[in-house]
Amino acid sequence: MEPIDTSLVDWSRAQFALTAMYHWLFVPLTLGLGVVMAIMETLYVRTGREFWKQTARFWMKLFGINFAMGVATGIILEFEFGTNWSNYSWFVGDIFGAPLAIEGILAFFMEATFIAVMYFGWNKVSKRAHLTATWLTIVGATISAWWILVANAWMQFPQGMQFNPDTVRNEMVDFVAVAFNEGAVVKFCHTVVSSWVLGAVFVVGVSSWYLLRGRHKEFAHASIKVAAWFGLAAALLTAYTGHHSGRIIAVQQPMKLAAAEGLYEGGNSQGLVLAGVLRPGVDWTAPTEEDKFLLNIEMPYALSVLATHAADGYVPGIRNILEGGYTLPDGNPALSAEEKIRRGREAIAALSLYRAAADDATKQMALDMLRENFAYFGYGYLKEPADLVPPVPLTFYSFRIMVTLGGYFIVLFAGLLLLRTRVEQWRPVLWCVVCTIPMAWIASQAGWVVAEVGRQPWAIQGLLPNVAAISRLEVSSVQTTFFIFLGLFTLLLVAELRIMGKAISTGPETDTPTA
Amino acid sequence: MILRRIVRFYLEGFRSMTLGRTLWCIILIKLIIMFAVLKAFFFPAYLKGSAEEKGERVSAELTERVETEY
Repeated sequence: MEPIDTSLVDWSRAQFALTAMYHWLFVPLTLGLGVVMAIMETLYVRTGREFWKQTARFWMKLFGINFAMGVATGIILEFEFGTNWSNYSWFVGDIFGAPLAIEGILAFFMEATFIAVMYFGWNKVSKRAHLTATWLTIVGATISAWWILVANAWMQFPQGMQFNPDTVRNEMVDFVAVAFNEGAVVKFCHTVVSSWVLGAVFVVGVSSWYLLRGRHKEFAHASIKVAAWFGLAAALLTAYTGHHSGRIIAVQQPMKLAAAEGLYEGGNSQGLVLAGVLRPGVDWTAPTEEDKFLLNIEMPYALSVLATHAADGYVPGIRNILEGGYTLPDGNPALSAEEKIRRGREAIAALSLYRAAADDATKQMALDMLRENFAYFGYGYLKEPADLVPPVPLTFYSFRIMVTLGGYFIVLFAGLLLLRTRVEQWRPVLWCVVCTIPMAWIASQAGWVVAEVGRQPWAIQGLLPNVAAISRLEVSSVQTTFFIFLGLFTLLLVAELRIMGKAISTGPETDTPTA
Repeated sequence: MILRRIVRFYLEGFRSMTLGRTLWCIILIKLIIMFAVLKAFFFPAYLKGSAEEKGERVSAELTERVETEY
């Protein structure tokens, strides 16, 4: 069998990353803006003021534009699973099948039904029925996100399944462990509340633009007030769930945590890097004479507290994870990467033997060997321990961008709440809020970069690295589709921005423009 | 009767659309490009045949890839 071209792995990853990141431009705004518009409609139903109805309808219009432009962009990911990631799709099919089917049947149809009532039902159904439809639209969208994030969480830390060597597939044996494990729940909460932050930033940003233009002032102040309260609560919840996420990553994906912190040599009482500059080009897979940091400002003990809830807790670095020997949180000694690779190769050899075996005794012996080493199956495809180290600089800086912007959003929302209507006099602040809009997307995408780049080289943690997960295609065919997507996505994005810009420029129908 | 009211609800809704018409056009164009062009010409199912054949193919890939790669 011909070896896999390493550039095929890179192009397959690039293609998937491009598609997923494009899809993720729309999803968080749907989740965040959806709640804001539902809150505004709730205010309309509670107060009876027509102003809130028009305010809700304006944000609903922008929600609709975003929804229409984003809908079906995720389908391309499904195409890629079947064509570019066929080994992976077959290997995990039974695990992904259930969550994705539930997502398709329940959430999508729920969304599609109630979104029609939301847009067509004004003055045709009662106020409360309409409000219910609006809330159920956003609940449906959020449930959709749940099942997708369950599938992603499973790839980060597979559980609740058993490998069947006859079919070469993983089969679900514990639905609750797959759908409701702590990692999936925290991932869902962190992703959804951070999307609420993005929605709130969008609303305060657009509203600030109206104030700068001297238009729709009552609408803008009311929208800022609602979105700033909502955004502040969401940003604080994002920080809280992010802390839990960090704790789970420390246990389940210590290499990702080490990469995000640029931690080569771990130990007890580890500090958290508040601000740091990595030495360009430094080798993160081996000890180096020079310091791996050019600048490193740490908060003492904070990383140990985050990872272990103890100031003197032990946090392994990249070197420790590769060499093993330290004590894992469950009390067992950590295996070295070399030992894991050896066991992985034993597992793969056992699978080969099992499938070739003609008699039951050999089959049983191979099955026992496979079961014993299956947790390390994917390590067998790695050439050397260094292959386990993800791209450290990208993970490190993405993590810092995400956290810094998350902190900035808290200050921004708190500042807007303190200034109240006086913000109108502070034009530099209003410009600052407008310029913050793209930062919300940068923070959201950076979060996904940490999650996905930080877990390289795995398609499924421990079980299947990318080199084994991809299909044996021509590199040129993957490059072709990459550039087709790039062109198509750019066109669609330009179309959305133009339609969205026009709708924002027209503004709400709450009052007459004054400038 | 209820069915007729639901159909009328949707028909009136679609007829009264303004910006929605543009958005629906974009959605339809997008879906046509995705399914009639991308899926048909660029994204064929890589694994073909019965479940058993697919399993054999993936098994061969997974067990032999490790030996030939390194």
